[in-house]
Amino acid sequence: MDFTEIKRLLIEKFGEDVIVNEQTEGLQPSLTIRPELIADVCLELRDNEKTYFDFLSCLSGVDYGVEQQKMGVVYHLASIPYKKQLTLKVEKEFDRSSDSLPSFPTVSNVWRTADWHEREAYDLLGIDFEGHPDLRRILLPDDWEGHPLRKDYKTAAEYKGIKIDY
Amino acid sequence: MTTALEKYYHKINNLKSEEMILNMGPQHPSTHGVLRLELITDGEIVVEVIPHLGYLHRCFEKHCESLTYPQIIPYTDRMDYLASMNNNHAFVMGVERMLGIDKDIPRRVEYIRVLVCELNRIASHLIAIGTYGIDIGAFTPFLWCFRDREHIMNLLEWASGARMLYNYLWVGGLFYDLPVGFEERCKEFIDYFKPKMVELNELLTHNKIFIDRTANVGVLPLDVAINYGVSGPMLRGSGLKYDLRRIDEYSVYPEIEFDIPIGKGEMGSVGDCWDRYKVRVDEVEQSVKIIEQCLERLTKELKRDKEFDPRAKLPRKCTPKAQDFYVRAENPKGELGFYFIADGKREIPFRVKSRGPSFNNLSVLPEIAKGCMIADLIAILGSTDIVLGEVDR
Repeated sequence: MDFTEIKRLLIEKFGEDVIVNEQTEGLQPSLTIRPELIADVCLELRDNEKTYFDFLSCLSGVDYGVEQQKMGVVYHLASIPYKKQLTLKVEKEFDRSSDSLPSFPTVSNVWRTADWHEREAYDLLGIDFEGHPDLRRILLPDDWEGHPLRKDYKTAAEYKGIKIDY
Repeated sequence: MTTALEKYYHKINNLKSEEMILNMGPQHPSTHGVLRLELITDGEIVVEVIPHLGYLHRCFEKHCESLTYPQIIPYTDRMDYLASMNNNHAFVMGVERMLGIDKDIPRRVEYIRVLVCELNRIASHLIAIGTYGIDIGAFTPFLWCFRDREHIMNLLEWASGARMLYNYLWVGGLFYDLPVGFEERCKEFIDYFKPKMVELNELLTHNKIFIDRTANVGVLPLDVAINYGVSGPMLRGSGLKYDLRRIDEYSVYPEIEFDIPIGKGEMGSVGDCWDRYKVRVDEVEQSVKIIEQCLERLTKELKRDKEFDPRAKLPRKCTPKAQDFYVRAENPKGELGFYFIADGKREIPFRVKSRGPSFNNLSVLPEIAKGCMIADLIAILGSTDIVLGEVDR
């Protein structure tokens, strides 16, 4: 099943507004999905016999820059039987001045790969995943403050009273 | 404190009376680096494994956001430091495709890349095999593997100038052409190495004690492996013929003949520790085959000549068009991926995410180690062959 067929399949199943945006000009086309539906879309793409995206290659959180005021997650799916790849994206407006984190539904119950990748995205970018079974920090210590991969991150001057020299 | 953290502390502080916490690591030798496994044990039985990562976190992705693409290559060396050439290969391939110069790379350069990558794959697998032996109590194979690996280190040092962290493959070409006489010495090494593999098989692969310790231990069913994103020898050990060198047909792999070994459950069930180990041993043999074919072509139709310049195709300016791109390649440990976002204006990437095979292969450990013996946990961890430099990045 190629890119346009997958698009048609998703629209048939979830309605016209499931696909918010699409990028087709690059080497790898991608679909931007409505954030609330991402887990259902992933489950459908995994279980549908015609697509069968059973392997999640990569899940990356992205901070689109200070001017953009939006955060997103990018999913790279692969289908082992069909030897196909697909890129899905979700994005959300995000106000940096607020304390709350941007939040997306978890896909860790679709592919267990997403479990650690989502923990990493939470740790480094401060993205919340609703329904994740164990959303703790993974690479940084539990008491670390801030999310280093954000574009507006200020490097910490000290950690537990120890001065950090750069 | 977040709710997930509270849940974790609640679990740790409210164990049943027969359960006990045991910390394995971070300085435990069988963790192959600095990994801490928190075990909840009931006598000799492992009830749950909670891995704690990050001891080797060096902010690879943050560094990438302030370096140009060629400057990142040495950083990729330090991810999976046992297979630096393969990391370089995946990375430069991605950048070349984004720049649109991947079709212009001279064929001699491509063959040299595959040659050094396969040499490095053998070196990486030799470490995996040797340290796996030592995890289980066989000391001699470890020394034999390191002795043979030393020859590969010497060869690659001769080519690149460094023993482990090569920075040899560049965007658009190579650091230098192979030194004069490299092909011959490489051939000598292959002739020396082939009988050594036979010896190693006699010593370890068909060793009764080794089989008893690894067969039917840590069985990883195929559906679980796929669901956890496990790749490389671990996925093939579970019985699936899936190798990105064949699926994606990148570089010159389509012109080279080799088989994809898979686990067959010869000694126990499909996907046990012995199968994973055996896949690596068989892959070494396949890599030898690939190296022979590369040497054949590098000494005949793609012979060295004075005019050949491996840096001829280096791009003056490494500024890809605005796009995002995911590249994947077969590392000795599995699928190594880089996700780039380029903004098209600057020479530095906007975002780089690396998907390390060890990171995903390790994530399946709590699942397959549930209910096993503590001694078997070492066997399972050894058979996943992780490198913490890549898990923590």
